[in-house]
Amino acid sequence: MSSVRVVIVDDHRLFRAGVRAELEGLVEVVGEAGGVSEAITTITECKPDVVLLDVHMPEGGGVEVIRGVAPTQPGIRFLALSVSDAAEDVIAVIRAGARGYVTKTISGPELADAVRRVADGDAVFSPRLAGFVLDAFTGGAPEPQDVELDQLTAREREVLQHIARGYMYKEIAQRLGISVKTVEAHVSAVLRKLQLSSRHELSRWAVQRRLVSLDGP
Amino acid sequence: MGSAAGAPKARVRRYRYPERGLLGGVCAGFAEYMEVDVTVVRFMTAIVVVAGGIGVAIYALAWALTPIAPGSEGARRPRGVWREAVLIVLVVVAVLITLRHTGLWVGDQFVWPLVLGLSGITLVWRPAVLRPGAGAADRRLSWREYLRSRGGRIDVRRLVVGALLVVFASASLLHASGVLRNLGDAIGAVAIVAVALGLLVAPLFVRLARNLTAERAARIREQERAEVAAHLHDSVLQTLALIQKRSGDPREVAALARRQERELRRWLFFERPDGAGGESVRMALERAAAEVEELHGVPIEAVVVGDEPLEARLEALVPAAREAMTNAAKFAGSDHVDLYAEIGTERVEVFVRDRGAGFELDAIPEDRRGVRDSIVGRVERHGGRVAIRTAPGEGTEVELAMERARA
Repeated sequence: MSSVRVVIVDDHRLFRAGVRAELEGLVEVVGEAGGVSEAITTITECKPDVVLLDVHMPEGGGVEVIRGVAPTQPGIRFLALSVSDAAEDVIAVIRAGARGYVTKTISGPELADAVRRVADGDAVFSPRLAGFVLDAFTGGAPEPQDVELDQLTAREREVLQHIARGYMYKEIAQRLGISVKTVEAHVSAVLRKLQLSSRHELSRWAVQRRLVSLDGP
Repeated sequence: MGSAAGAPKARVRRYRYPERGLLGGVCAGFAEYMEVDVTVVRFMTAIVVVAGGIGVAIYALAWALTPIAPGSEGARRPRGVWREAVLIVLVVVAVLITLRHTGLWVGDQFVWPLVLGLSGITLVWRPAVLRPGAGAADRRLSWREYLRSRGGRIDVRRLVVGALLVVFASASLLHASGVLRNLGDAIGAVAIVAVALGLLVAPLFVRLARNLTAERAARIREQERAEVAAHLHDSVLQTLALIQKRSGDPREVAALARRQERELRRWLFFERPDGAGGESVRMALERAAAEVEELHGVPIEAVVVGDEPLEARLEALVPAAREAMTNAAKFAGSDHVDLYAEIGTERVEVFVRDRGAGFELDAIPEDRRGVRDSIVGRVERHGGRVAIRTAPGEGTEVELAMERARA
């Protein structure tokens, strides 16, 4: 439980203060940044274990921070944290390299837990992210080009569905009769597919959102 | 001499053979008629043309007067543009030569530039817009269509050639009349004044145009801003006022904040309320979740995958899910409820999960109508399936599934 070093990146000072207060005593907050360029400088200086990253910011948002840091600091992990975002923005941050996505309504202890899991190299999927990912990999698109990357296995799908239903990893393991490690492995595999596959561009929600904007609800 | 194109000696009809000839098929037709080799006819025609202008006139007249041979391809195939142009020129030249020979003539230096200029003007003004048709069926617009039409392909070559002809014609006309020498200075002066005026006025025009664009953009921005401000006023500011009033009740404040968040999110990322079209399953479920959350003050995390229109069979699913959420919010004592729905083309599945007290499934009294009637009965009557997983202390999950009617 020795403290994980965290940098908070968000363009709202009030929100940074709130997160810092909630994480007090659970993890070590070593820095804050309110913009993309400031974030890149701070992260490079502080060398934290985990960066809590806002999806939406001026100057390009979380995606730009990851792009600016990841090439020189491969050890730093990113966890996207945001109030509510469009699916494509969240998926974009994940594809850029974030290890997970949680909504800002998450409680302090849960957030600290998520940070620790990301620091350990796990992927953290909130129910909402699980929903986005299932949507991205479900139907809509034409034949997958790369069967290995463009499709979820039945088990991965099952695990994601349980996350979306609000189950914890431990409960999922129990229900499916597998170990927690296996659940984590499935989630990591999904993350890898999400980052490497190009199928998301043809995904269901992309198509649907376009339909929505054209034809109304 | 005139016999090349032929006086009508016999009553047998002569024809042209456009597909066989070099130009209009006149020589070919004559050769056919006289039963001689076409090369001989052509040679003689060439001599007549070179010897005096009258040969051209005769050829052109013969072309205009002789009908195309029946069954010849030329009758059906549209003539090539160039061939047509050459023949028209020939006719004009023929007419001019005839006029000249008969003495109706004002002088070479006036007539030729006039003709050139007129043909230039014709080139420019004749409808040059091609109406796009199926493949080769492009055709020129008629005059009337041309004047009314907008856009369309404009034949630039026509414009350039026409303009060059007109300029050349007017220049030579002026030169011939001797006006040019006297006019030279005046034209120069006018040109200089025009250029100077242009230099003076051009920046003004550019500024005017730019201002107009900027003003329009500003107006559009202002409209957008007013719309956003109006929306925020009706929603966010009202909620903030309410929150300030009720700051003593954290539960109420949280509920207000969540409702506002949900509305704002919908406004930002999804459809505007004025959009047309029927409700979808996703929208119905999300609305139900929002209503239950508002009514009972327990946050409901709604995650919906996929979407389909809300058809009659599925309509039973939404109130059942709503009832399950209400139960969870009212009785479970959980700090939040998860709603997950997967809407596929073949089936729809809805899960409502809480982490509350849970209960003994067999111990539901017969009179607990909520679960029995509103959830299980309702869904099963419509051919769906309900599964309830619960145990005391472990929370509850209600699973609703329904196959979709597929043609």
